[in-house]
Amino acid sequence: MKRFARLFTEIDQTKKTTVKTKALADYFTHAPESDKLWCIALFSGRRPKRAVTTTNLREWAAERAGIPLWLLEESYPIVGDLAETIALVLPPPSQASDHSLSHWINVLRGLHDIPLEERKPRILNAWDQLDSTERFLFNKLITGGFRIGVSRKLMTRALAKATGQDEAVLAHKLMGGWTPETTSYHTLIEADDPAADQSRPYPFYLAYQLDEPPETLGPPEDWQAEWKWDGIRGQLILRDHAHHVWSRGEELMTDRFPEFARAADFLPPGTVLDGEIVAWEGTQPMPFSALQPRIGRKTVPKKLLREAPVILLAYDLLEENGTDLRDAPLCRRRARLDALLADMPAEAPVRASPLVPFADWEALAKTRAQARDFRAEGLMLKRRESPYLSGRKKGDWWKWKLDPLTVDAVMIYAQQGHGRRANLFTDFTFAVWQGNELVPFTKAYSGLTDKEFDEITAWVRKNTQQRFGPVRQVRPQHVFEIAFEGIQPSPRHKSGLALRFPRMSRWRHDKAPQEANTLDDLRALLAAYG
Amino acid sequence: MSQPVLTFTERGIYCPAGDFHIDPWRPVDRALITHGHADHARPGHGAYLATDGALPVIRHRLGEIAAEGIAYGEARQIGGAGVSFHPAGHLPGSAQIRVEVGGQVWVVSGDYKVVDDGLSEPFEPVPCHAFISECTFGLPVFTWPSQTEVAAEINAWWAANAAAGRTSMLGAYSLGKAQRLMSMLEPQGPILTHGAVEATNAVLRAQGYSLPETIQVMPDTDVKALKGALVIAPPSALGSAWARKFGPASTGFASGWMRLRGIRRRRGMDRGFVISDHADWPGLQEAIKSTGAETIYVTHGYTEIFSRWLKEQGHDAAIVPTEFGGEDGAESESTS
Repeated sequence: MKRFARLFTEIDQTKKTTVKTKALADYFTHAPESDKLWCIALFSGRRPKRAVTTTNLREWAAERAGIPLWLLEESYPIVGDLAETIALVLPPPSQASDHSLSHWINVLRGLHDIPLEERKPRILNAWDQLDSTERFLFNKLITGGFRIGVSRKLMTRALAKATGQDEAVLAHKLMGGWTPETTSYHTLIEADDPAADQSRPYPFYLAYQLDEPPETLGPPEDWQAEWKWDGIRGQLILRDHAHHVWSRGEELMTDRFPEFARAADFLPPGTVLDGEIVAWEGTQPMPFSALQPRIGRKTVPKKLLREAPVILLAYDLLEENGTDLRDAPLCRRRARLDALLADMPAEAPVRASPLVPFADWEALAKTRAQARDFRAEGLMLKRRESPYLSGRKKGDWWKWKLDPLTVDAVMIYAQQGHGRRANLFTDFTFAVWQGNELVPFTKAYSGLTDKEFDEITAWVRKNTQQRFGPVRQVRPQHVFEIAFEGIQPSPRHKSGLALRFPRMSRWRHDKAPQEANTLDDLRALLAAYG
Repeated sequence: MSQPVLTFTERGIYCPAGDFHIDPWRPVDRALITHGHADHARPGHGAYLATDGALPVIRHRLGEIAAEGIAYGEARQIGGAGVSFHPAGHLPGSAQIRVEVGGQVWVVSGDYKVVDDGLSEPFEPVPCHAFISECTFGLPVFTWPSQTEVAAEINAWWAANAAAGRTSMLGAYSLGKAQRLMSMLEPQGPILTHGAVEATNAVLRAQGYSLPETIQVMPDTDVKALKGALVIAPPSALGSAWARKFGPASTGFASGWMRLRGIRRRRGMDRGFVISDHADWPGLQEAIKSTGAETIYVTHGYTEIFSRWLKEQGHDAAIVPTEFGGEDGAESESTS
């Protein structure tokens, strides 16, 4: 654990990517294999199954620290991280130890098989052997969300540096459903067997937002345009008579979307498609809200399958007859895709996402303006000669979205953020007018600069009218422009509607609260775009 | 109890028997001042009384004022109140103020820390009936490493920077923290100072406090020739154009707030060193215990949480709203 704590400290003490990469690469060169594997797992979003609840942890930590539980609870929002709060209040360790990262993870895994009352002494014993940084990391292993300034991409780059392997090849090896329990460092990283895991997806290629006019991209004939759908990005894999559906966040969604079981009836094995999963009604996608009830579910009730059946609107072919096509130019992959999906019967759960023809950029801009009529969020622009890269790369794929919808709203509640944003008011509730009453309709957390967050934090402290636990009611004085991508009816909210991706796009210092929008204005948007 | 020794007014802490205020935040006729930080020693009062050790800095900051000095422990009668000043350990010359009226003793802590920093006169517990205590860091997550540990950490950082050809730039409050840092470190190269820090150095040196050799950075100073330097500057200067002339640099910030990772990261400096001139959680408990006070009034800091804790410990505790700032860092970005 000392080595891993040292790695964490080196990473935490710098903002420079080069320094972080070097620290990680050193770790991958020198750490034992089981620790390396866990390090890769942690920085690619995998972690040991939770063995104790955070409630247990809080109680045990308060008891060990000799403070009442409420005092620990009050300290938590100020620190902004539970793992850190616990590490800070505990008394110094009374024993020294130098067990490995994997040792401590095994201690945590061992907790599953023993009764709750036996778990406590093991956790206390661990705390008593670990120094402050090690404890923080140990607690993080339990509380989850191992976000400490290392992206998966950065970790992959460091691993490439340490092993001499190609970064894209490694990125592919790290995809899929493996855990340190099901594989070894050697099998995952060193063995050269791409067929080892038949369910393994390819790393997704992600587009950048186009902020410049499309003319800057060069001649229009080098580009193809598609609708940008508002669904769930997914990869459908057909190999060995089994199918797998992966989300962009590398979550296996096969059971959530049983519709794709039939894909094998229409497509040959050795096929991998990239596309958007959308709820479909005959000729066009349903609004995102139709898809939403299916996101949180592991199994799907029949009613939902009937009301909102999903299909994949495929826009790329990554593998055909078992051959990796990613290096082929897009125009060739697209031709293969069209051939594969031509004459697909209506009941097939896969369709080609149509190309949007255009003669010049000006004409395309006009087409884009109609995107909402097609239930699309805008257009995707892809360079015809581009290979299928991995991760977010600038240059060949662009999303050219419609301008967001906006309303001006009054801030009425504020709450402090977590982690880096602890002690800052960053989470706000906004309201619009209904007569003389302010009706809350959305929360928003992002869009302001650090300086603006500082400013609003100082203001909130001075203008709190009432407190409800961590939430402060503030004087309705400040107006913000709230931008959002969509609007849908929602019986769960007092306003009767819910926004998609709301954020603060501007602080309207120039507007008095009376000038904010009304609930009727929002209802009009709902009627037009819901 | 009859008339309380001290009352809390919108101008600040007030003694009716002696007709004076302690660290008032609005202009008053007579002010007793615990120490020279801007949130405690404000301009505009008719007369000032502070320790001989604190007065030069207060004069330096406030200009022409009607002020009188007093030695630590010296008894002084003001109207119906007996007052004396006692070391608070916060910075050189800082004091707690003891006020006695009709056998009742109240003590105003000002800002304090109980550990000896080697430069300030060490904190002296003053037995009292009521103790008005700051609680800037009144949460159990705030416990400070020893000064020796932090010094070793900063020395190592400075040495590594010097070896790599980088300037070390340390942000610290220009009165108190800056001088404490320069005194506790093992020089790994020259110590350069920002004008605000050097001005305070000059005042303290003239009083006889011993500080290491420092070089003030002037517009014509050839900073690049001063290899392996440590620059001590107010935090606000580190982000300014002034800081860019030093070339490749590593930045650090020294404050109790650096105990929290979120704040450390938000500060955007390379390193955060946990060192404070305020008492940490154990320090607050120790100070309160050593006064033997039954009644504790808590001011600036996590007052609600801290007073609840004290009540559970069997104290009579209450919150006093004040307009003092905290330690430069999180809550009070403006006090440097």
